[in-house]
Amino acid sequence: MLKRLQDWLPVVSGGLAIFIELFLKNSSRHPRTQEPYLFYALLIFTIFFAIIAILSCFNKRVKIWLAEKSLFVAASILALTILNIVTKKFALLPVIFFPSPDKILSVIIEDRTFLLTCLASSGKLLFTGCFFGALAGFITGVAVGFSKNAAYWINPIVRLLGPIPATAWIPIVLVSFPTTFSASCFLIALSVWFPTAVLTGSGILNVQNAYFEVSSTLGAGRFYQIFKVGIPAAMPHMFIGLFNGLCAAFITLMTAEMLGVKNGIGWYINWQKDMMAYANVYAGLIIIAVTFSVLLTLLFRVRDGILVWQKGVIKW
Amino acid sequence: MVGEIKIEAAVKRFHQQDGTEITAVNGVDLTIHAGEFVSFIGPSGCGKSTLLRLIAGLDKADEGKLYLDGVGITKPSSDRGLVFQNPMLFPWLNIHHNVAFGLKARGVYKEEKGEVDKFMDLVGLSEFHKSYPHQLSGGMAQRASLARALVNRPKVLLLDEPLGALDAFTRMNMQDELLRIWQERKTTMIMVTHDVDEALYLSDRVLVMTPRPAKIEKCIDVQIARPRNRSNPEFLRVRSQILRILNFAGNEKEPDYYL
Repeated sequence: MLKRLQDWLPVVSGGLAIFIELFLKNSSRHPRTQEPYLFYALLIFTIFFAIIAILSCFNKRVKIWLAEKSLFVAASILALTILNIVTKKFALLPVIFFPSPDKILSVIIEDRTFLLTCLASSGKLLFTGCFFGALAGFITGVAVGFSKNAAYWINPIVRLLGPIPATAWIPIVLVSFPTTFSASCFLIALSVWFPTAVLTGSGILNVQNAYFEVSSTLGAGRFYQIFKVGIPAAMPHMFIGLFNGLCAAFITLMTAEMLGVKNGIGWYINWQKDMMAYANVYAGLIIIAVTFSVLLTLLFRVRDGILVWQKGVIKW
Repeated sequence: MVGEIKIEAAVKRFHQQDGTEITAVNGVDLTIHAGEFVSFIGPSGCGKSTLLRLIAGLDKADEGKLYLDGVGITKPSSDRGLVFQNPMLFPWLNIHHNVAFGLKARGVYKEEKGEVDKFMDLVGLSEFHKSYPHQLSGGMAQRASLARALVNRPKVLLLDEPLGALDAFTRMNMQDELLRIWQERKTTMIMVTHDVDEALYLSDRVLVMTPRPAKIEKCIDVQIARPRNRSNPEFLRVRSQILRILNFAGNEKEPDYYL
């Protein structure tokens, strides 16, 4: 019986949120939004979870999902309601810096075209930079891992340049590249390159020699050993490198956009901050959080697909 | 018949970190005939694994020469398959692709794809093509590693304590399996082992090795008809002969006291 009730917690929490949003008096100090966005969102949410709760009586998978998530979802909505009371209802926090959830939602919805343009230009920068950085890191790592000569010449460079945060290069890079786009791409590539190169290299060097010995008695030549033994065996390390690289790329991207680039989501946040439009700043932050989380999840999905032979190294 | 190994005065030394040298193989002369099943037996440090690695071409002899069918051995090749104590299956490939590794490495996978199924059947793993190594038991993994070495149809199969990590029952099963494969394929088999019974049960010849100086102390022809019975009087006689040599070689000390 208690379990049954728990399945309905999100609906109860949503209902409470709607009740407070509709019937508690708003503080006059918070600006009004064009439409009651928060009310719409809460309504959709509550109806959605009511349907889920009903479906869970018939479908086993829905039931398991709901049983696991219901408590967290209900608590999140409760937290949102508390935030709503603190800001929009009683204006207990400075109004300029802590806008109401309704206001933030209205920015995301009304400003969506412009936000999407910003997201697209950030995305373009991120993907170009990550692609070249990962490629360069992979090649560096493989060279260092397989050739003593390459390791002799490349390792000192990696060790000297790698630990410098990519953003420290900004003063030099911004003047030595023709466009801010190419400059930022370079910075992002640099920040992805280092962890990818180091972990690919050490991954290959840590492959048990017996694997190479076995493959050579099976008739594998040098290149076959590199591509069919060394690289697959080093894959788990490579993905850790890519994960670290991607996180570093996010930091570099945001910093680069706040300092030099004239568009993108990081630039948007910085610009809105200067305009004292904090609702827009929060909207930008929410979009960044969701996007980056989705990107990392994608990376881990790809990894799980490639490394089915292995139990997870880092869980996500 | 192919698969004759000839070893002429092979010497292998290892340099230690403190600058001293250890002679792991000290002037071994030996001919292993095509199709023969030979075992090296002896205590740790007698150089039997080093000798096997020299034949495989994984290490180079400091002096002397090794030949396969009259051709000098310089580097590893698919003519000489190797099975380690640890199955060393590639964990990122499923069993089918592990077994197919040699065919792919030599670029003949397309033509000889059927061979994979054949050898998977031979070692009794026909239902495990899609399994990954971590899903197999120790005995199954070792059988897969055997199939992986056999699929290349090597002239010589080198076995470095291949059954050392298995429990007693799996071990005896695998011994029969090895014999069956050997009798079917007539590949030259060279095995390193610690287990006197195993050596006697399987081999045409048992080479008893002693450490320091690392050399072949005694070569014993096992003239017992197969299938061998582990409690046959002749089996027990040769067994105690080998044990005596190993004991004699191991410590020449007087006993502490007499009764």
